[in-house]
Amino acid sequence: MDGGPLALDACSLSEAVRNKEISVTEVANAVVSQIEQKEPLIGAFLHLDHEALLERAALLDQKIAKGEISGRLLGVPVALKDNMVTSDMPTTAGSKILEGWRPPYDSTVAKLVISEKGIVVGKTNLDEFAMGSSTENSAYKVTRNPHDLSRVPGGSSGGSAAAVASGMSTLALGSDTGGSIRQPASLCGVVGVKPTYGYVSRYGLIAFASSLDQIGPFARTVKDAALLLEVIGEHDSMDSTSILGERPKLLEREALGVQSLRIGIVSELVDNCSVEVKERVLAAARLLEESGAKVDTVSAKAVTLGLSAYYVIAPAEASSNLSRYDGVRFGLRKDGSSLTDMFLTTRTQGFGDEVKRRIMLGTYALSSGYYDQYYGKALATRQLIQRQFDEIYKDFDLLLGPTSPTTAFLVGEKFNDPMSMYMNDVCTIPSNLAGHPAISVPFGVDQSGLPIGVQLLGPAMSEALLFQGAFELERLAMQYLEDVGV
Amino acid sequence: MSKSRTAKEQEMSWVYEGYELVVGLEVHTELKTSSKLFCSCANTFGSTPNTNVCPVCLGLPGTLPVLNRKVVELAIKIGLALNCEVRKSTFHRKNYFYPDLPKGYQISQYDLPINSEGYLDLPSGHRVGIERAHIEEDTGKITHMGSSGRMDKSSYSLIDYNRAGVPLTEIVSAPDIYSPDQAREYVSELRGVLVALGVSDGRMEEGSLRVDANVSVRPIGSSELRTRCEIKNLNSLRSLVRAIDYEGKRHVKLYRRGEAPIQETRHWDENKQRTDSLRSKEEANDYRYFLEPDLKALAPTESLVLQIAGEIVDTPRQKRAFLVESLAGEEMADQIEKAIDHELFPYVRHAIEAGISPRLAVARTANELASIISDALYLTEDRFVEVLRLEESKEISSSQAKVLLNALCQQDQSVADTIESLDLKKADDAHTRNMVEAVVSDSPAEWSRFVEGQEQLMGFFVGKVMKLTSGKADGSVVKDILLQLRATKN
Repeated sequence: MDGGPLALDACSLSEAVRNKEISVTEVANAVVSQIEQKEPLIGAFLHLDHEALLERAALLDQKIAKGEISGRLLGVPVALKDNMVTSDMPTTAGSKILEGWRPPYDSTVAKLVISEKGIVVGKTNLDEFAMGSSTENSAYKVTRNPHDLSRVPGGSSGGSAAAVASGMSTLALGSDTGGSIRQPASLCGVVGVKPTYGYVSRYGLIAFASSLDQIGPFARTVKDAALLLEVIGEHDSMDSTSILGERPKLLEREALGVQSLRIGIVSELVDNCSVEVKERVLAAARLLEESGAKVDTVSAKAVTLGLSAYYVIAPAEASSNLSRYDGVRFGLRKDGSSLTDMFLTTRTQGFGDEVKRRIMLGTYALSSGYYDQYYGKALATRQLIQRQFDEIYKDFDLLLGPTSPTTAFLVGEKFNDPMSMYMNDVCTIPSNLAGHPAISVPFGVDQSGLPIGVQLLGPAMSEALLFQGAFELERLAMQYLEDVGV
Repeated sequence: MSKSRTAKEQEMSWVYEGYELVVGLEVHTELKTSSKLFCSCANTFGSTPNTNVCPVCLGLPGTLPVLNRKVVELAIKIGLALNCEVRKSTFHRKNYFYPDLPKGYQISQYDLPINSEGYLDLPSGHRVGIERAHIEEDTGKITHMGSSGRMDKSSYSLIDYNRAGVPLTEIVSAPDIYSPDQAREYVSELRGVLVALGVSDGRMEEGSLRVDANVSVRPIGSSELRTRCEIKNLNSLRSLVRAIDYEGKRHVKLYRRGEAPIQETRHWDENKQRTDSLRSKEEANDYRYFLEPDLKALAPTESLVLQIAGEIVDTPRQKRAFLVESLAGEEMADQIEKAIDHELFPYVRHAIEAGISPRLAVARTANELASIISDALYLTEDRFVEVLRLEESKEISSSQAKVLLNALCQQDQSVADTIESLDLKKADDAHTRNMVEAVVSDSPAEWSRFVEGQEQLMGFFVGKVMKLTSGKADGSVVKDILLQLRATKN
């Protein structure tokens, strides 16, 4: 990728294609050769079709030759997490229960990427139905962290994070229910954004927990993430929870700086992470202050309750969302001696352990007699967190914290310990419960050379300000690396 | 509800070996919209199976519901017509597994329905409380192939998802119904309301109106509510009446034996004329209701509710009131009930508004038009009025009027042309007198008995004259002539 089209950021790449400095076919060929080299080691993709990719590239080149050079992603490689429905590629959500399923329609995000002339590289690996923090729960393969192949890329959007980090795609889309974009972005050293709930259409996103799920971009730079979010952020009448009206411009926030922005360091989040991660968050805070931000520590006790509330609400919604996988209309069917037997056998063989675990948790939490004790309490906790954020945002514009408590862990290290796996999401979950946007920006590496991500959080629809902070944070990270002499 | 029972209610009451009935009804009605509740698929009955389907109503992964605004308007209309409070409401998921339920849950309304706490006044004067009338989606239709029609004995089943996602309103009554006849009265009045509002075609046989009955009994005069059973598969008013009667008696017999019914869902077996246990409370699904995260709360604006309230016209109650007022005290209750039918009422109203005597308009509507309306392809309201006007001015006889109405239903022809082609000019009085005299001289025995005072023979002679004149004679003129002739004989 050194020096080739894949070294360019998305904005420059589409500009080079538009100016006919590079053809889309050249871009596609570069992608194919990068994938041939890296994919066997990393395993980021569940579906690749080089032939289709090259055909699409040739078609775009023909159009460009005819002067059709519009499209904000013109010739830019984009990978899609395999829980986003595509009519020209299989969509499995990382589950055996959807093996070979060819959807008859396209997700809104896939349509938007294609209409802006992006080239879809393939469908990326994920924890089954996006349930996990390491991508080890995929029914198909394990994805490796490009920075250390013995380690996980994080999850559940581990395939998308690893694809961008390894240069197999310039951009990627992931989904974030409790941190599934930001945590793998942090572990793979790329930028990852979880927008405001309702900012990006969920139509065609295979639901995990509907009130928490949100699609967002992965990119190597904040600028590229802004570009992709500008493309996919649009009201969609097919999604009743889609926010009405215009989305703010993000790219224009690049050089505004953080002068007089009020930024709060959430002490409860910082206290929950490793020494090195904590040290890095505080370094970022210091540099932001030097850039003119007003930085202060703030306590948000309710966020510590987020994890417990999340692991009731998300499984509860999932238990209902996953009821449609019954063997009747699509996907896997295992025949049985009776209707109930068919349902049971199909679901027993089709779902993996983590999915079953969450269906059981969620079913229990919603059962009559237990609803008030679990689901009702979790909803009340969610409201408590939302109210606490509302209070805090009276005094602060943005909040700062770690993205993940630790850097990438070893493949297999936490696989048999669900509770310690769930702890990975402790810093990211509060934004999902509140419906707020958050962005993870790489901020150097730890002693073992593993990436560390720093997270900026903002109130609902604060994307413009959030990106303004993220652009500065990215610049400060470069400065920091120079200062410490990396 | 009203404590003092009217005479009509007494007549309808159900008592069996010291027990009385308590019934609450759940009525599901399919709403007549052009598209489904959450997608743009056509909402039509009888299409080729699985042709009115899309990723959304098939519940494919990744799809989301988008609420049909028209459904909300129709549901509000129903609520207002049933005197309900229309308020901010939410959608819930009702979770259970069945092959006709594409998503594994039904989107329905739970603790906050769009309409609540209303009532429906029945023609007998009884008031039935309406607990709620909420919006929900229909399931697909499953057909178990094989001789029995039951899943456990069939070799395979076919599912048609055309009905999946069709909008329904479920109207739940309070347990204010005390007899099978009252249940019938409630359902037919409710049906009349729904048809009048234009929200449903009200066809029970096609399943666009479906009724479940919650039945219990209690010692006469008691106010307790005992264990109830829910009866399903009531496909006609007849089966509704019979099933409630059967079920009530079953409960009484159990109590008389010192036993008690258990709370369960029962199935009305039309062939055996009995209810059978379908599933008990223990076997019932735990539906795990929770707020549907894919839809926002529904908060109709006051102006929308007001606008819809203004659109509610021609409920059975309003139509009845119009006719009673027009008739100014004339007792025609049975004909009124017939004439308020949604197909007939426009004719009678048009006639009365055009100045036809209300009595004649109601009579022709309820007696003649009612029996031919299903074939009335061409009879316009204006032609109906024209015929009644001719009858009123005695240019044609009443029997000619009936013949004329029949003919006008069959073909698209003006009244004048039809009269011409059927040769329906009313006979003049002189001709009628000749005919009467001919009939009288043909039947001397009957005539002398009539002269002796056997009044019932009047009909015999009138009939004969009518036959002889092919209905062209005016019945009342014939009667007058007969009476004159008799008077001169005496």
